[in-house]
Amino acid sequence: MNSKIGYLIAFAILLVLPFVVYPVFLMKLLCFALFASAFNLILGFGGLLSFGHAAFFGGAGYITGHALKVWGLPTELGILFGALTAGLLGLLIGMLAIRRQGIYFAMITLAMAQMVYFIFVSSDFTGGENGLQGVPRGYALGFIDLQNDLSMYYFVLAIFVAAFFIISRTVNSPFGQVLSAIRDNEDRATSLGYDVDRYKLLAFVLSATFAGLAGGTKTVVFQLASLTDSHWHMSGEVVLMTLLGGLGTIAGPSVGAAIIITLQNYLASGPLGAWVPVVLGVIFVVCVLAFRRGVVGELHAFIKKSF
Amino acid sequence: MLTDLLGIPPQVLFGQLMLGLINGAFYAVLSLGLAVIFGLLNIVNFAHGAFYMLGAFATVAVTQYLGIGYWGALIVAPLVVGAFGAAIEYFLLRRLTGVDHLYGLLLTFGLALVIEGSFVKMFGASGLPYPVPAQLTGGVNLGFMFLPWYRGWVVVASLAVCIATWFLFERTKIGAYLRAGTENPKLLQAFGVNVPLLTTLAYGYGVALAAFAGVLVAPITQVSPLMGSNLIIVVFAVVVIGGMGSIMGAVVTGLAMGVIEGLTRVFWPEASATVIFMVMAIVLVLRPAGLFGKTA
Repeated sequence: MNSKIGYLIAFAILLVLPFVVYPVFLMKLLCFALFASAFNLILGFGGLLSFGHAAFFGGAGYITGHALKVWGLPTELGILFGALTAGLLGLLIGMLAIRRQGIYFAMITLAMAQMVYFIFVSSDFTGGENGLQGVPRGYALGFIDLQNDLSMYYFVLAIFVAAFFIISRTVNSPFGQVLSAIRDNEDRATSLGYDVDRYKLLAFVLSATFAGLAGGTKTVVFQLASLTDSHWHMSGEVVLMTLLGGLGTIAGPSVGAAIIITLQNYLASGPLGAWVPVVLGVIFVVCVLAFRRGVVGELHAFIKKSF
Repeated sequence: MLTDLLGIPPQVLFGQLMLGLINGAFYAVLSLGLAVIFGLLNIVNFAHGAFYMLGAFATVAVTQYLGIGYWGALIVAPLVVGAFGAAIEYFLLRRLTGVDHLYGLLLTFGLALVIEGSFVKMFGASGLPYPVPAQLTGGVNLGFMFLPWYRGWVVVASLAVCIATWFLFERTKIGAYLRAGTENPKLLQAFGVNVPLLTTLAYGYGVALAAFAGVLVAPITQVSPLMGSNLIIVVFAVVVIGGMGSIMGAVVTGLAMGVIEGLTRVFWPEASATVIFMVMAIVLVLRPAGLFGKTA
C-alpha cells in the first residue's frame, strides 16, 4: 500500500518535471532508468551477472534507427522492432551463457557482447565511428509530432511507466518467485522440479528485450545511434547504476541511474570532465566495499530498523 | 620451390603465424595469471589488463629514472607492480571474504576504471614508444621468413615463465600449499599454514605475471593507458575456452588461440577480430566445461 502511494507521487512529479528541468536530460534519465531496471531483472532477481547488456542496448539502438531512417517504419513499430531484435540476440547469447555459472557467465556475456561490438564497428549500416545520424523522431500514434521535446517526453514517460509496470509485475509473479529461489539456492530449486535453465534463459531474454526497448527509445530521443552505447563501458555503467541504487529492489536501479546520469552531466561541464571514468571507478569500489545494499536497499533496512 | 601456398605467399603466412604465436604467448601468460588468482581467491581479476598496462609503463619509467634499461625492467617492473597488486589484495579484496565472488569481479572492474582513467588523464590516450633492447635488434632470415630476434625472444621468455610457474606449482612446497589452498583453504589453515598470506602472495604473483607480459610487449607496441582494456576481454574468452583448471591448459589454449587468430588474419581478415569469440561459442556448445576444465 505504502509503495503504491510512493509510486503515484513519483509519477505525479515526473508529469510536471519537464516544466522545471530540461526535458532532453529527463528523457535520457528515463531511458537509463529503464535500462537499469531491465538489467536488475537478471542480476538482482536472477543472480546472474551479465557483463554484456550494452550489446542489447546499443544493438536495439541501431536496429530502431535503421528501421526508422531507412525503412521509414512508424516510431512505435521501430522501437518495438528494436526491442524484439534485442530479445532475439538475448536468446542467442543467453543460450550460450547459461551453460556456465557464476563468473564464467559474466565472462561469456562480456566476450559475446564484444563480438557484437566488433561486428557493429565494421558494418556499413551502423555508420562505424560516425554512428547512425539523423534518425527521424516521427509521429506518435500517427499524429503527435515528436519533434516537440515536450510531446517526446510524455511519449518516453509512457514507455517507461508501461515497461516499469511489466517488470515489477514480472518480479512479483510466480515466475519471479521461482527466479529468486534459483538465485538463492539453485540446487534446491532443481530438486523441487523446476527446469532451472529455462527460467534463467527466459529471464535473460526478458531483460535483453527491455534493455533493447530502452536503447531504441534513446536512439529516437537523440536521433542518433552510436558505438558508445554498445561498448563494454556501457555494460559496466549499467551494473554500477543497479548496484548503487540497490540490487534486487524495484525502484533501486532507477534511483541509481538518476544519480549516475546527473553526476555525469554535472561533471562533464566542470573541470572534472576528464575524470568521469575515475569517479565512476571510485564509486564502484566504495559501493562494493561498504555499500552493497545500495541507496534503496539501505533505505529499506533503515525503515525496517526504525519502525 | 614452394613459393605459393594456397595462393598466399609464404612470407605473409609465416609472418602472420609468428605474430599469432606472439599474441598467443601473451594470452598464455595473462590467462595463467588469471588462473593463479582464480585458484585461491575465486575471483576474476578484471584489473588484469590494467596491471599489464602498468607493467609496460613501469618499464618506461624504470628505464627513464633508474637507468637500468630493459633487462633491469624485466625484473623490477613485475616486482613493483606485483607488490602493488599484493597491497590491493591486502587492503581491499580481503574485505570481501565471505561475500559473493561476483563482488570481487566488480571491485576489480572499478579498480581498472580508476587506474586506466588516471593514466589517460596523465598521459593522454596516445602511446609512448619504447626501443627494442640493443642486444635484440635485427633478426635472421630463415629462408621462408624473416625472424626479428626480439619476437623470438618474446615467445621464448613467455614460455620460460609459464614453465617456471608450472614448476613452482607442481614441484615445490609452496606450490603444494597453493594447490591445497585451491582445494580446501579452511583445512589448510587448520594445519597451521598462513592462508591469508598465501592468498596475498598468489594475487601478487598473478599480477606480476600480467606486468611481465607488459614488459615484454613494451618494445613491440605503443605503451598506452588503454592497451590492456580490450585485450583482457579476449583473454577472458581464452579462459572460457580452456577452463581455469590447469596451468598447461592455459598455456596450450593461449598459444593455440593466438595461432588461430594469426591464420584467420591471412585467410579471412574480416573475422580476425572476432574469431576467438566464435571459437568460444563453439566450445560452449560442444564442451560447456571448456577444453581442459572439469566443471565450472
